[in-house]
Amino acid sequence: MSKISTNDVEYVASLAQLELDAAAKERLVQEMGEILAYMDKLNELDTANVEPMMHAMEMTNVFREDVVESSISRETALQNAPVHDGQYFIVPRILEGDEA
Amino acid sequence: MEYEAVIGMEVHVEINTKSKIFCGCSTEFNAPPNTNVCPVCLGFPGVLPVLNREMVNKSVAAGLALNCRISRWSKMDRKNYFYPDMAKNYQISQYDLPLCFKGHLDIEVDGEIRRIGITRAHMEEDTARNTHTIGGGQSGVDFNRSGVPLLEIVTEPDLRSAKEAYAYLVTLKQILQYLDVSDCNMEEGSLRAEANISVRPKGATAFGAKTEVKNVASFSGVQKAIEYEIARQIQVLEEGGKVLQETRGWDADRGITVTQRLKESAHDYRYFPEPDLVPIVVDEAWEHRIRDRLPELPMARKKRFMEQYGLSAYDAMVLTATRPLADYYEACVSAGAESKKAANWVMGDLQALLTDGKMEITQCRIAPAALAAMIRMIEEGAISGKIGKEVLADMFETGREPQAIVEEKGLAQISDEAAIEAIVAQVISDNPAQVEQYKAGKEKVMGFLVGQVMKASRGKANPELVNRILRDALKK
Repeated sequence: MSKISTNDVEYVASLAQLELDAAAKERLVQEMGEILAYMDKLNELDTANVEPMMHAMEMTNVFREDVVESSISRETALQNAPVHDGQYFIVPRILEGDEA
Repeated sequence: MEYEAVIGMEVHVEINTKSKIFCGCSTEFNAPPNTNVCPVCLGFPGVLPVLNREMVNKSVAAGLALNCRISRWSKMDRKNYFYPDMAKNYQISQYDLPLCFKGHLDIEVDGEIRRIGITRAHMEEDTARNTHTIGGGQSGVDFNRSGVPLLEIVTEPDLRSAKEAYAYLVTLKQILQYLDVSDCNMEEGSLRAEANISVRPKGATAFGAKTEVKNVASFSGVQKAIEYEIARQIQVLEEGGKVLQETRGWDADRGITVTQRLKESAHDYRYFPEPDLVPIVVDEAWEHRIRDRLPELPMARKKRFMEQYGLSAYDAMVLTATRPLADYYEACVSAGAESKKAANWVMGDLQALLTDGKMEITQCRIAPAALAAMIRMIEEGAISGKIGKEVLADMFETGREPQAIVEEKGLAQISDEAAIEAIVAQVISDNPAQVEQYKAGKEKVMGFLVGQVMKASRGKANPELVNRILRDALKK
């Protein structure tokens, strides 16, 4: 029995704005379940004396100084946009109040 | 039943670095749309954000001023959601290890100090700005704001009234401006406040269902929105209903809050550590360097003004309202003006001139030392207080030194007794009826006669001398 239900897959897919057909859902129930089962296996290890790893990078404190550098031109910025008006990227009307 | 409100605030402030949080684009506010953009802040795939060191410095300074602990080790995280103001479909923010945490801010309401817990202050990037004026069922997106550094400051649910929430915002803004970490300009959106509001029967310990109020354009708007929301929730409960957990927007025109989004459709952000940015380690030495550079904060400065300059609590509060004003006042005093007189001039006539001209103290053409010189001229009797006002107005207009104005306009006070005696004699002979009344015991006429002498001297006669000489003359 998978640790993941079809409902879970549909929920995650909706968050990612993905439309999945029945076969894909079935496959993902299986695959995501296997991933979680693997995590359970890792949880069997005794990690009492292991520093928790919070980040994949061992390096810390990489910064840039607060200096303004030239940006790309607006023309360049807009050139790949499906729709623009020379000033703005144009998108379907955003409903007020829907902002996260 | 008696109810009590429970309020927590979330405030986003734009940190005033010159460049954005993860790229070198300018943070300038009024640039034409999409001119301060690059592949990083446009959210192109494969680009590499790099954290602005100054953002960390300023955020730690803000955290320390809010009595927060600073994380020795923190990291950036991805907050995932879809919205047209965010091209890469995640916002880089901080989740479980914010840079600053567990602080507090003391606010003063009706003469009492209340301590408000600060849960956390974390760094994140601002999103693009949408414009709905395009028409035709379309919106425009301007990425100039995308990647402007934000500090999100979250309080504990410690506020109990709209008035306290207002005081919190005013105090917070004042501190951030003292630190020079943000302009805190609500109109330009560099400070945005959201309130989480619930009510519960007075004395209860459990929280009621809360609503979140957004889209408020001013501090007084926040206060009104909270007042409205508290009353609305109490009414819902009194009528036997249930308060729905939801996001509500403030409609300033109608003076009400309206439902924007029910909790059911709220997002699940699936935070995870941002793999493109390395962890941030602020060691003790770094924290101390920032702490050592913190300016004196408003409350401490107010207290010192009362002790050092003998000012009333009210005067000290007004003069420390902003750092430039407090600096101006102190420069004036250290240039030799008597502290209480300097306070009166700065808060009175100078402030009136600034208000009339819709100007800030930073735009004032009168150097603090010049104001001090003018105040000293009054004390030394070189000009009268009344002439001082005239000189101040000229200084304000022209930026000239008071001595030059007094000389050029011939405003020097007349302290020459013989000259005043001559004017007094003239006034006495010109006003025989009033002199008669005075001699008959009508003391009040004295004021009229002094006024006549001052008028004849065009305000320049030394008022003390005028009083004495006039009295002596009338005795004869």
